[in-house]
Amino acid sequence: MSSESEGYPLAQFRKTFFEECAELLDALQSNLELLSNGSGDGETMHAIFRSVHSIKGGAGAFSLGALVAFSHVFESLLDAMREHKISVAPEVMQLVLRASDALADIVAAARNEQPLAADFAADIVAAMEEVLLGAADAPAPVSQPGPVAPGVDLSGERRYRIAFTPHSEMLQKANEPLLLIRQLRKLGGLVARVDSSRVPPLDVIEPEAAYLSWVFELDTGVPQSAIHEVFEFVEDDCDLKIEDISIRAVVAPVADAANPVAAVAEKTPDAPVAALTPTQSIRVDVDKVDRLVNLVGELVITQAMLTEQGTLLPVDHYPALIQGIEALAQSARELQESVMAIRAQPVKSVFARMPRIVRDLAATLGKEVRIVTAGEMTEIDKTVIEQLSDPLTHMIRNALDHGIEGPDARIAAGKPRQGTIHLSAAQRSGRIVIEVSDDGRGLNREKVLAKAQDRGLVAAGAILSDEEIDNLIFLPAFSTADVVSNISGRGVGMDVVKRNVQSLGGRITVQSRFGAGSRFTLSLPLTLAVVDGMVVSIGKETFIIPLTAIIESLRPQAADIHPVVGRGEVLALRGEYLPLTHLHKCFAIEGAITDPCRGIVIIVESESAGRVGVIVDELLGQQQVVVKSLEANYDPVDGISGATILGNGRVALILDIARLREIDGRTDAEWRADRQPKIQHAAVNVREETPHAA
Amino acid sequence: MAKRILTVDDSKTMRDMVSFTLKKAGYEVGEAEDGKVALTVLAGAKFDLIITDLNMPNMDGISLIKNVRAASQHRAVPILILTTESDSTKKADGKAAGATGWLVKPFSPEKLLELVQRVCP
Repeated sequence: MSSESEGYPLAQFRKTFFEECAELLDALQSNLELLSNGSGDGETMHAIFRSVHSIKGGAGAFSLGALVAFSHVFESLLDAMREHKISVAPEVMQLVLRASDALADIVAAARNEQPLAADFAADIVAAMEEVLLGAADAPAPVSQPGPVAPGVDLSGERRYRIAFTPHSEMLQKANEPLLLIRQLRKLGGLVARVDSSRVPPLDVIEPEAAYLSWVFELDTGVPQSAIHEVFEFVEDDCDLKIEDISIRAVVAPVADAANPVAAVAEKTPDAPVAALTPTQSIRVDVDKVDRLVNLVGELVITQAMLTEQGTLLPVDHYPALIQGIEALAQSARELQESVMAIRAQPVKSVFARMPRIVRDLAATLGKEVRIVTAGEMTEIDKTVIEQLSDPLTHMIRNALDHGIEGPDARIAAGKPRQGTIHLSAAQRSGRIVIEVSDDGRGLNREKVLAKAQDRGLVAAGAILSDEEIDNLIFLPAFSTADVVSNISGRGVGMDVVKRNVQSLGGRITVQSRFGAGSRFTLSLPLTLAVVDGMVVSIGKETFIIPLTAIIESLRPQAADIHPVVGRGEVLALRGEYLPLTHLHKCFAIEGAITDPCRGIVIIVESESAGRVGVIVDELLGQQQVVVKSLEANYDPVDGISGATILGNGRVALILDIARLREIDGRTDAEWRADRQPKIQHAAVNVREETPHAA
Repeated sequence: MAKRILTVDDSKTMRDMVSFTLKKAGYEVGEAEDGKVALTVLAGAKFDLIITDLNMPNMDGISLIKNVRAASQHRAVPILILTTESDSTKKADGKAAGATGWLVKPFSPEKLLELVQRVCP
């Protein structure tokens, strides 16, 4: 609906429309996939058609002309295919796949309100039209409805005679003669004469049959087409004769609908009943779910607080209360899991795009590759899914470009011509594990090590385990491709993948056998709203260090600590020197342990800062914490990524370990003086925003 | 009492737009995302008008119309189908199945209301 009516929330509808387009394009993609590998069924082609049809229908409402025009031709092609007027030959399939890509581009352009080149996808449209023309009885080409004629005929008023005899079918389709007469009366002066001669005696009257007929005389200034419009819906179900009787000499064109075109046989097949009952679902704004997640977070915190207080009570005095607290803990945990499950979505939406990438890329590279996916229905938090696409695409491209050999090389190596990439997802112990494996050439450790040494990433003569060598490929600016190809060697390498994965709280590792293939394993948290954290104390403050960043913790010997001029202290650990960061200095905390040998050194790793040892007073334990964003509660504080409320009601800040080393390096007193109050403020603010926090 | 209208469409965008316009004009509006759901809804409540899309999963508009017309408390209720201008055969199919009239997409809120008032005053 293109109207700009007052209060009409077009922007909101538009948003819904593009959300829907994304889903429709995903569905289109996976169904095309089914169709092209031959595993689709009768419903697949219908579903494909519907996706494009729905996009077109919505696009019209928002006057997205280019989208309407393209999807119209595309839809016609798909319609002919599902009606078996065009067979699903490989070249037609190729065309459909190209068209679906172009459709996605046009949708994206429309969403971002970017103009498209006038000839965008013109070749595809032309090819589709050609295929359609070749079909025996191709559907008529695009026929945009002409503008509706203005309501008034300037030639003045005319008189029409209208003979109208409804058939019983008309009544059965809920068309009321009375409503039509009222409609006619709106057009001008109307004289109606009813013929009731066919009405039978009361005892044989059929309640659903039509017995009356009318003759109207209408004086009106509107053109005759407007009169036809009144009878638009009933033309096939009545005898209708409209004559212009204002100039007797000239007989106006007579529309005789008395003999309707031979009734269209009911050739539309009933939609096949889906074998499976569809999952009932509702669409909810993400903001609402986020609010729910937040509230449940609060609840879990309160519950943890109650549990802690409960332990202080003498058990035999308040057995019912203790029992209640335990029941609350159980329900709270289940509630939290259920709420997290709402945000979870199957990884299918990301996996479904991969076969396409593989096919296109394999064709470009002249390789023969198939992809086998498993575990598509594994669910993971929506925010994680959205950010999973890039690293996954990169890994798949990498496997194709660097991993899998050309057909000849494969045969020479005694492998099947066609390479295989396995992509799987599974849930293991509270995390999602995604594996990308290929049966290609694997990593050449000698080459990897030589290159790393060449670039100074590894000290010459250092002895590395096979696993360590393999994982060198995740170092920044490491590329094993001898020739930088435009496929995966665009100056970004696995280090970017690793950074993406780490920003999701995930880990990535690689296992490889030279000549036999590589397997990349991604381990991701189920959600970003909860992290596993190590609770540590520094002075009177409590901090959380994300568990994924921690490598190990230890109490060093004095002999292992070496002062380095201008860089503070370093810790010698198994032949490696790690810089030490004093958290009490970073956050201006008084009363903390300053001697690393009396405190605990936690070795943490981040992509940008590498390995760093952070000095804390004590480890208080490991726990799952509900992340509260500081940005939402207070200004961001450098070195802090978020906050949480502990069981005792205290606020604990979550360390942004990637920033620690840099912060520790800052020496200006003014900046430091500002730290303490800022941290305090953040904590107070989180506390105030959170009911029940102590 | 306000007239009750059921809008049946697998596209939420369409349902939203139809529903918004009708509600603003004072109608009560029910929604269903396919023919099957619509039949369930219709079995449990009385509606004065049904507006349905044709292409839907599970049960399309034509089957829905046939089902409603065949045997239901709504067999005499007007049914409008939503079609695109290219679907001229669809209009005929819809009519043959028992549709009261059709509305060609894209349509303006005014056009929708005019049509609704025409078949269900």
